[in-house]
Amino acid sequence: MNDTAAIFDQGEYNFAYLDEQTKRMIRRAILKGIAIPGYQVPFASREMPMPYGWGTGGVQVTASILGKDDCLKMIDQGSDDTTNAVSLRGFFEKTAGVRTTYETAEASVIQTRHRIPEKNLREDQILVFQVPIPEPLRFLEPRETETRKMHALEDYGLMHVKLYEDIAKNGHIATTYAYPVKVNDRYVMDPSPTPKFDNPKIDQMAALQLYGAGREKRIYAIPPYTKVKSLDFEDYPFEIQKFDKPCGLCGAEDVYLDEVILDDKGGRMFVCSDSDFCEERRAEGHLGPMAADPAAAHIGGIQPEETAR
Amino acid sequence: MSVFQSDDPLLQVRNVTRYYGDRVGCAEVSFDLWPGEVLAIVGESGSGKTTLLNCLSTRLAPTTGAIEYRMRDGSMRNLYQLSEAERRLLMRTDWGFVHQNAADGLRMNVSAGANVGERLMAVGDRHYGNIRSTADDWLGRVEIESDRIDDDPRSFSGGMRQRLQIARNLVTNPRLVFMDEPTGGLDVSVQARLLDLLRRLVADLGLSVVIVTHDLAVARLLSHRIMVMRQGNVIESGLTDQVLDDPREPYTQLLVSSILQV
Amino acid sequence: MPVRLYLNNVGKSFTMHLQGGSVIPVVENVDFSVEAGECVVLGGPSGAGKSSILKMIYGNYRCDEGQILVTVDDNIVNVAGAEPRDILKLRDDTIGYVSQFLRTIPRVSAEEVVAEPLIAQGTSETEGLETARALLSRLNVPERLWTLPPATFSGGEQQRVNIARGFIAHYPILLLDEPTASLDAANRAVVVRLVEEKKKQGVAMVGILHDQDVREEIADRIIDVTAFRSEAAA
Repeated sequence: MNDTAAIFDQGEYNFAYLDEQTKRMIRRAILKGIAIPGYQVPFASREMPMPYGWGTGGVQVTASILGKDDCLKMIDQGSDDTTNAVSLRGFFEKTAGVRTTYETAEASVIQTRHRIPEKNLREDQILVFQVPIPEPLRFLEPRETETRKMHALEDYGLMHVKLYEDIAKNGHIATTYAYPVKVNDRYVMDPSPTPKFDNPKIDQMAALQLYGAGREKRIYAIPPYTKVKSLDFEDYPFEIQKFDKPCGLCGAEDVYLDEVILDDKGGRMFVCSDSDFCEERRAEGHLGPMAADPAAAHIGGIQPEETAR
Repeated sequence: MSVFQSDDPLLQVRNVTRYYGDRVGCAEVSFDLWPGEVLAIVGESGSGKTTLLNCLSTRLAPTTGAIEYRMRDGSMRNLYQLSEAERRLLMRTDWGFVHQNAADGLRMNVSAGANVGERLMAVGDRHYGNIRSTADDWLGRVEIESDRIDDDPRSFSGGMRQRLQIARNLVTNPRLVFMDEPTGGLDVSVQARLLDLLRRLVADLGLSVVIVTHDLAVARLLSHRIMVMRQGNVIESGLTDQVLDDPREPYTQLLVSSILQV
Repeated sequence: MPVRLYLNNVGKSFTMHLQGGSVIPVVENVDFSVEAGECVVLGGPSGAGKSSILKMIYGNYRCDEGQILVTVDDNIVNVAGAEPRDILKLRDDTIGYVSQFLRTIPRVSAEEVVAEPLIAQGTSETEGLETARALLSRLNVPERLWTLPPATFSGGEQQRVNIARGFIAHYPILLLDEPTASLDAANRAVVVRLVEEKKKQGVAMVGILHDQDVREEIADRIIDVTAFRSEAAA
C-alpha cells in the first residue's frame, strides 16, 4: 500500500475514477465490440482529468474492466517508465489502489500505447490499447457517414488504393505502423499506431484485446483466438520489419528495437523496445554486444529503487 | 458489326418525375435505352436534364416513376429496389459516371494509376502487378503518357483530368456510362480531342451512354438519339440528326437556330 | 426486278415557329418506286422539294404523311414510322447517302472516314482501309492526304472523300445528293463508273443531279418533282 492508494481509501474517488453507471455503459460497448470483432462501437466518452491524446479512451476502458484484485501494467512505446505510462499508472494507483507491475507475466490488465509486449499473452490477460484515430478509412474518405456505409457494405477497395500508392511511390508497402488489418474476415480495423511488427501478434492472440478512442468516442475489440489478417497484395505480401542486429543490451533477436542515441558524436545503439522483456533476459544472463559498453550503462533502464511497488 | 442487335432494352424509364417541394425538376419522362445506344439530353440550364440524369444514375430518387435496368445476368431490376450493396456494385462495375468537373469524379490526392486501379481493387483484384499494367493500358487508351502513372491528377491539365476520369470509369468494362457535360469548361481544341476520344471509345466498346449537354454540336457528334428538355418536360425526341435538321417544336427550333455557325 | 423502295403518298411541310408559325408546304402525294439496279433521278427546279424527299427516305427529315417502304431482306420497313434505332440500323446496312457536304470529325483521317461504313458492316479494319485507299486513289485524292483529317482539305477534296465514303459500303439502296457538283470532268467520269458498278450489283438509287451530261448517262428514269408540289404552294 502506498501513499497514493490511501487517497482512494479516503473515499475521494469512486473506484477507478469513473462512476458505476458510466462503467456499465462502457462495458456494454465493450461487450458489443467483442460480439462484432473489429466493429467500431460508439460510446459516450467522458471528460477525463487528462488531455485528449494521453490515452483517455484506453483509460476509460481500463477503468471499466478493472477489479480490486487486478494487477495493472502500463506501457508507453514498449516501456513502463516513460511519461505517459508513469502518469497513467499513477492515476490508477491513486483512484483504484490496484496493484501495479512492470512484469508482463504478472499483469492481468495491460494498457498500452503503441506496442504489444514481446512475451506471449495468456487467456487470463486483457490488453487495452490507446487509440488516437480508430477509423482506418479516415484519410482516404473524410466523411464519417460514408465510411460507416463502407464498413457496413464491406466496401474496402480504398484500403488497397492506399497500399497501391505505397508500392507505386516506394517500391514496397511503406506503411510501418497503424497497418490496417481485416478482423475475422469482415471488418477492416486500425490496430492503433503499433508498429506493423506487432500485427502478427494480434492474430489468434490468447488474450482479449480492447481498443479505446476517447476523443473519437469509439471502442472496438478482438476476442481471444480471432483471425486477424494484415492487408496486402498477392505479389507484395505483408512483411514485418526485420532488424539486422540483435538488442545491444540483451542480445534478443526477432524483437522490435528502438534506436537510442548515446552521445553527440554519432554513437547509437539498438535496444529492445519492450523494456520489461529486455530486463528479464538480462536477469537470466543474456548479454548483447553492447551490454558492457559504459556509454550504455545508464540506459540499462530502471534502477532498483524505481521499480513498481 | 452493328451495335443495334439486341432486342432487349438496357434501361427502361417510365414516368419518372422528381419534385423539389412544389417545383418540378423533371416530369413524366419515359424512354428506353438499348445496348450500344448514345442518348443526348439537351436543354438550357434549369431545364431538368441534370435532375433526370441524377434520377437515372440512382443519385437522386425520383418522386414517382420507375427505372429498370438489365443486369448482367439478363434480369430486369428496378434500380430503386436494389440493396445499397447491389447499387454500389453496379455503380463501380457495370456503370460509369463522368462528371463535368473532373475533381468530382477523381481522387485528387492519389496517383493516376491508383485512380484507374481503384475499381479493380474494389471488386477484389489483389495483384499489384496486374492492377498496374491494366491501369497503364487504360492510360494509353485515353492518351496519357505512361510516365504520368504515378503523378497526382492535381498536376494534370483539365483535358488530361477528364481523360483520366474516363479511364477510371471504363476500366471495369461498364455497359452504361452517364456523362454530365463532359466537355464543359474545356478549350475548344481540348474539347475536340476529348470528343473524338469519347466517340471512338463508345463505338469500340459498344457502350450505352446517357449524356447531358447544352452543346448541340456535342450531341450531334456523339449521340444517336436526342431528347430536348424544357421546364422539366421532354418536349421533343428522336433521331439526333432528324431533331437537329428538322426540329418541330418552337423551342427546339429556337435552340437549333441559336447555334453559332463557324 | 424487285422493288427496293416505294414512296406511297408522301407529304411534307415545315412549320416555322420563329416566323409566326407560318407553314411552308414542300411536297404532297409523292408516289414512286425504285427497283433493284435502277437509278431514278429527281428532276425539277431548286426548291421543288427534291432534297427533302431524299432526306425523308434517309430518315433525316420527318415524313408527315404517307409511307416510305424499304425492302430489307424479306421484310418491309416503313421509314416514316420507324423508331430511331430502326432507322440507324437501316443506315448501317440498307440505305447509303452521298451528300455534297462532309461533316468532318476532328482528328479522324480521310482513309478512316471513308472506311468507317464498310468496317461498320463487318469488314476487317485492314481490308476496309485497303478498299478506302483504292477508292480515294480512283477519285484522284492525293495519297499524301489519306492519313490526314479532311477538315483542312479543299472543297473538291472533301467532296471526293465523302463520295468515296458513300460508295464504299454495300447498301441495297443508295441516295445521291448532287455527288458530281463542282467536280472536274475526270472525276465526274469516275462517279459515273461507280454508279454503273452499283447498278450491276443491283443497287437501287435515287439521285439529284443537276449536271445534264451525268444525268443522261446514269438516269434510268427521271421523275419530275414539280408534279408533287403542294397545291397550297403552287
